[in-house]
Amino acid sequence: MTTFTSRSSANRVIPGFGLSLGFTIFYLALLVLIPLSAIFLKTFTMSWDAFVSAVTSERVMASYRLSFGAALIGAAINVVFGGIVAWVLVRYQFPGKRFVDALVDLPFALPTAVAGITLTSLYSANGWIGQYLEKVGIKVAFTPLGVVIALTFIGLPFVVRTVQPVLEDAERELEEAAASLGASPWQTFTRVILPSIVPALLTGFALAFARATGEYGSVIFIAGNMPMVSEITPLFIITKLEQYDYTGATAIAVVMLVASFLLLLTINLLQAWARKRAGK
Amino acid sequence: MSAVLDNHDKPGVAAPHLSQAPRKATNTLEPAWVRYALITVALAFLTLFLFVPLVAVFTEALKHGWATYKEAVVDADALAAIKLTFIAAGIAVPLNLVFGVAAAWTIAKFDFPGKSILLTLIDLPFSVSPVIAGLIYVLLFGSQGWFGPWLMDHDIKILFAVPGIVLATIFVTFPFVARELIPLMQAQGSEEEEAALVLGASGWKTFFKVTLPNIKWGLLYGVILCNARAMGEFGAVSVVSGHIRGETNTMPLQVEILYNEYNFTAAFAIASLLALLALVTLAVKTFIEWRLHQARKASAQDITTEH
Repeated sequence: MTTFTSRSSANRVIPGFGLSLGFTIFYLALLVLIPLSAIFLKTFTMSWDAFVSAVTSERVMASYRLSFGAALIGAAINVVFGGIVAWVLVRYQFPGKRFVDALVDLPFALPTAVAGITLTSLYSANGWIGQYLEKVGIKVAFTPLGVVIALTFIGLPFVVRTVQPVLEDAERELEEAAASLGASPWQTFTRVILPSIVPALLTGFALAFARATGEYGSVIFIAGNMPMVSEITPLFIITKLEQYDYTGATAIAVVMLVASFLLLLTINLLQAWARKRAGK
Repeated sequence: MSAVLDNHDKPGVAAPHLSQAPRKATNTLEPAWVRYALITVALAFLTLFLFVPLVAVFTEALKHGWATYKEAVVDADALAAIKLTFIAAGIAVPLNLVFGVAAAWTIAKFDFPGKSILLTLIDLPFSVSPVIAGLIYVLLFGSQGWFGPWLMDHDIKILFAVPGIVLATIFVTFPFVARELIPLMQAQGSEEEEAALVLGASGWKTFFKVTLPNIKWGLLYGVILCNARAMGEFGAVSVVSGHIRGETNTMPLQVEILYNEYNFTAAFAIASLLALLALVTLAVKTFIEWRLHQARKASAQDITTEH
């Protein structure tokens, strides 16, 4: 079956190309493209100097540092622990495994506001976890550390779910061959297994990072939202909106949009690389 | 989220996993203590980050007993919020369902220039911060926005009213159904549809009798994920809602208001309803994945017996 002939015959026989393409583009333009273009067009009403000063003010720079920094740490935590979780779920048997596997997607399914208030109550000074951390002098709720906790939570499924299928498809024979040729388990891991899952780990990292930079609901409750200290960029956009500074809010939104488009591009490249690695 | 769903257990991707033939169960190379240590670390991490918060939602909600819980849930503002959440999801999900099917049909069944650009554009709402998703509707329909003055002249309210909430919900849940259906329909190919059409079925008949039964599980999968996000969306809806009690508050916004008023038990009571929704979503999702896995195994067996 050559793809060329089957595709071209499909184009002839299957109806509805005009209708479905037309509707798809119409709906996409009406609900996504035209509204999104409003953001960019709005910034064109600003002078370049006004734009630059709006997106580089001291307070907004502090919010970038927190949003991107905490997202980076959260994603890094998830690479380590998410990688271990994926490994354990694929390679080992233990009671309750199916339940644990299903639970991994909880941060996708649980509304962010619910996650936000729950994490806050757990990590506040008299919460289940916070009271023990308080004793050793660690404050989590209402500090930047709380932001890291929230962003780790919402990014948790990404690394697990990108690494899991790669490990499932991995050829166990290669590891057995390495072992029978005298490699230690550690050498087998670093020389055989790790290289095969690195693209998936990086993709999961980028996905978790991208999601975390724009996250709002789960963060605002636990962050404390002090300007310069624990104020994330999405919250700063809302603050600007509440002051009716629409252009200021839009300018910062443009910076965040450009950052997320760059991340999207990176993720696509990483996935192409991962597919090539997997030989698909 | 998009790419994860794309990678993991693509529902119904028909590629037969022949390599999943039963293996010897104990061919791990690492020593037993490493195995137990890794399992312990993984379970401790998941317990801390997933299980404890899940238990905490329900514990906090029921802290002062059933009576208080019930009172918080049947409160007039809470019921109004529940109703609005259902309205928003009830409009957004069907619209995105129709779009998802149309988009998947276009992309899976035809070749045309610009296809990969179209795919990227469909994914776009996933990479936009929810706050920005709300902001765009403020720029369009707000009093200083493009259509603001016109809407005001004609006494139409979109922002800080139900239509704005519905639009924001559609935006953030835009790609869910399409993302699930595109890889599924691509993997299934067009042979069955071609056969039906050659035998004289009309285009719509072919769709309803051939295509739809083939994609039903993938479709359901997309719909429940879309619905979970639609009912739980916070950031985007928060920007466009205006937070009018009993009128423009969805359940997540009601949770925020109650929490900020230090009415923690009531906040967690509403939150527990949303957590239940999340658990049901996960259960249905797991069930569908299991069904798809069975279907995949069956089709893999068909292939082996044919040869």
